[in-house]
Amino acid sequence: MPIQSVNDFVVRFANVNGSGSASANELFARAVLRMGVPVAPRNIFPSNIQGLPTWYEVRVSQDGYLGARGGTDLMVAMNPQTWDKDVAGIEPGGYLLYDSTKPMPKSKFRDDITVIGVPLTAICNREYTDPRQRQLFKNIIYVGALSALLDMDVAEIEKLIAEQYKGKEKLFDANKRALHLGRDWVMMNMEHPIGLRLQRANAVGDRIFIEGNSAAALGAVYGGATVCAWYPITPSSSLAEAFTRHCNRLRVDSASKQNKFAIVQAEDELASIGIVIGASWNGARAFTATSGPGISLMQEFLGLAYFAEIPTVVFDVQRAGPSTGMPTRTQQTDIISCAYASHGDTKHVLLFPEDPAETFDFAATAFDLADRLQTPVFVMMDLDIGMNHRLCRPLGWDDSRKYDRGKVMAAAALEAGKDFGRYLDVDGDGIPYRTYPGTHSTKGSFFTRGTSRDRYARYTEEGPAYADNMQRLLRKFETAKDLVPRPIQANSDKPTKYGVIYFGSTSPAMDEAIEMLEASGQHLDRLRVRAFPFHSSVTSFIAEHDFIFVVEQNRDAQLRSLIVNECGIDPVRLVPILHYDGTPITARFIARAIGEHLDALKITPLRKVVS
Amino acid sequence: MTYVIKPKFHHPELPKNKLGYTHRDYEGKISTLCAGCGHDSITASIIEACFELSIEPHRVAKISGIGCSSKTPDYFLGNSHGFNSVHGRMPSVLTGANLANRGLIYLGVSGDGDSASIGLGQFAHAMRRGVNMVYIVENNGVYGLTKGQFSATADRGSKSKRGITNTDSAIDMVGIALQLGASFVARSFSGDKKQLVPIIKAAIEHRGAAFVDVISPCVAFNNHAGSTKSFDYVREHNEAVNFLDFMTGRAPIHVDYAPGTVEMVEQHDGTTLALRKLNAEYDVHDRLAAMNFIAHHASLGQIVTGLLYVEQDASDLHGHLNTVEAPLNALGEKELCPGSAALSKINASLR
Repeated sequence: MPIQSVNDFVVRFANVNGSGSASANELFARAVLRMGVPVAPRNIFPSNIQGLPTWYEVRVSQDGYLGARGGTDLMVAMNPQTWDKDVAGIEPGGYLLYDSTKPMPKSKFRDDITVIGVPLTAICNREYTDPRQRQLFKNIIYVGALSALLDMDVAEIEKLIAEQYKGKEKLFDANKRALHLGRDWVMMNMEHPIGLRLQRANAVGDRIFIEGNSAAALGAVYGGATVCAWYPITPSSSLAEAFTRHCNRLRVDSASKQNKFAIVQAEDELASIGIVIGASWNGARAFTATSGPGISLMQEFLGLAYFAEIPTVVFDVQRAGPSTGMPTRTQQTDIISCAYASHGDTKHVLLFPEDPAETFDFAATAFDLADRLQTPVFVMMDLDIGMNHRLCRPLGWDDSRKYDRGKVMAAAALEAGKDFGRYLDVDGDGIPYRTYPGTHSTKGSFFTRGTSRDRYARYTEEGPAYADNMQRLLRKFETAKDLVPRPIQANSDKPTKYGVIYFGSTSPAMDEAIEMLEASGQHLDRLRVRAFPFHSSVTSFIAEHDFIFVVEQNRDAQLRSLIVNECGIDPVRLVPILHYDGTPITARFIARAIGEHLDALKITPLRKVVS
Repeated sequence: MTYVIKPKFHHPELPKNKLGYTHRDYEGKISTLCAGCGHDSITASIIEACFELSIEPHRVAKISGIGCSSKTPDYFLGNSHGFNSVHGRMPSVLTGANLANRGLIYLGVSGDGDSASIGLGQFAHAMRRGVNMVYIVENNGVYGLTKGQFSATADRGSKSKRGITNTDSAIDMVGIALQLGASFVARSFSGDKKQLVPIIKAAIEHRGAAFVDVISPCVAFNNHAGSTKSFDYVREHNEAVNFLDFMTGRAPIHVDYAPGTVEMVEQHDGTTLALRKLNAEYDVHDRLAAMNFIAHHASLGQIVTGLLYVEQDASDLHGHLNTVEAPLNALGEKELCPGSAALSKINASLR
């Protein structure tokens, strides 16, 4: 029985990398949005520019589920290389749209799905002579076919094309024509719509559609970052590139046409972080964007920034393991390597945004926190947030907000004779005052080093001075606990002994999984951790429950280790739920994994069974 | 390690510069390097250069990496901010600092281990970018703090104190700086203050990447027979091509010299260098010829010193990036934050 569903299904496009499919697929996703129906698209792409398989998955969900769902209801199979796997991945009762120009043997299909053949290549060859046009328009033609098959409002697609090619009438006409070639073919040659349909709704509201990397870059613009140093690495390159784009639009002085920013594409990640540390030492707000391998390379400098107490903002768009290939897949694998980055005793502040909107907030906040705490702050994103368009609340900014530049002693205070010790804890919060270079002709200068200094930044190798400094750094980390974004708790309507802790891009899948679990009578209280060091509410949440599931997208349960280590929790009480195959975590996965554990925990005592 | 606290009093009649400062105002802590270390002479030359130029000490940022040479910024300009960063990474830290505030003078101090081995990449890229800085390498061909290993500038065939012969080719940082676009390149000798002080002054006044390689013998590990970085060897093989008689600052100049022996080099910031030529054929404006001349003399075992190359119309990284005149670290919300109205427009474009 073919699947029947309105505004709730998953379309997966299987394409060849470099064939120009990305913009057509995005056009499809945006058109659904314009019909007032939420979508969650995800790129699954290879480490390659041309030739390897790439997929684009669009989850259509009127109920607003934005996590990956798993499974495919309609496969748009445009890549012969992955045909068998793609066809096998369709849900029973699902649909397959393919290019029927070349006949395929019956063995290549399945009996339990609806097969829709549209002669895409034939249409292209008939209409176009230029090979590049044939390739590009083929993508628009299948979008046209989909518009008829899914009963989409074609006017919305045309409007999007018009916006994209504003002022380029020729291109608009050509794309519109290609769209109708596909649409008309379906309308004339087959039954339509199919069982999957789109219906205008009003479920999008004022939400925006933005990639996390772009939102992070905007947050850096709003947060007052002026220096950006970076080295290209997937999936973070588009963050620095977005910062460049936003700055060119928002940060060029209108009178002088000069830039109120400096962006350097450095020779490697070591230079990137060095430039950030130098700029921050000198009082500018600076950041770098990188991924796991970059974090590894930056370790020595991160330790210096920690001990020399230099504000440093790092955006880590996390990905899978080393080298190339899997690294274009999403994971949450740098938690430990960032939390304890470098040599010596170090601990760093981490922020875990759940989506682009929160990434924007945390990006701007990261600069305030780094200045306030005079220490590195990591914004822990991942590929799933960074490189996918996500529907989220509009970005907001309070115009009365002032940048918190932290404890900076200015010339007047020095002149007035205020005691300045670079590493002197005057307020009991572990945070000392700093001065910018060039502040005063005779007062307030100091020599910045790693650890060999006393409270007045004088060189010393004395043990007690070292220990005194290390203790103060711990006090500072305590202070951080109440400054970083607090966890967000959501309790079940029914009292429960079980809780779940999760963070970052797991959020939408977790929300959905909770509904699935509740539907089957299993209740959980939730805590979304938004920062490290952990606020005291993390410990109390754990204390209030018998068992806590810790859901993560890595193999080694890194957040769980951090909680065990930092909060002194018995590991037995923290049950790891781990997803790490490179695909984004799904609600189905979480609900199944937690459900199985809960069933195991709910074994009825023998005594009760017999009685 | 020296634990003596430096006395602050000084003779009331010590000479003063235009700012009313004496030499003492440009000094730092007492050096903890070995007695007779070439690096201490370079420190003295930096102090002398800054004093003579009447630079406000707090307008200088001193940045170094790790090693004996990188310790020296603590020994001069005590009223300047200093930064002892990580091994081989002074150039990136300095680049960042420079981007944050273009109004200060940036003095990068490094050694041959710091800049020619672990930090060769950062050295190269700072030169390529044209960071406005003085990059001084205190070059002794040896790792001092770790007790006498060869560095990458040690000449092939030179002998270590333990009698081992170096079989690796030497890196000539002057050659690299020239090739990568440094707009001011000089080499001097720590034992020749008369040559070194004017070179440092000229480098400070230069706007762009100024690289100064100073051969600075290590008295503890590299001052023996068989070393090509010993005091004796450098004195015997020093091939000076010119001599900077003085530096005028930005005031008009009047000189009386025999024609042809002195070249007045005007820099685009308005300063003028009076260059007394020791080698009539040497042209300080010809990058390629300089590279050739230096390499040729190196093959003869000679060390070419002097101002080796200067680009009069040099540009720097801020120019390339078209940054505003105001230091970036002085900009606040008003200049940097586009505000909620702009954000509403952005939101609207994302629907």
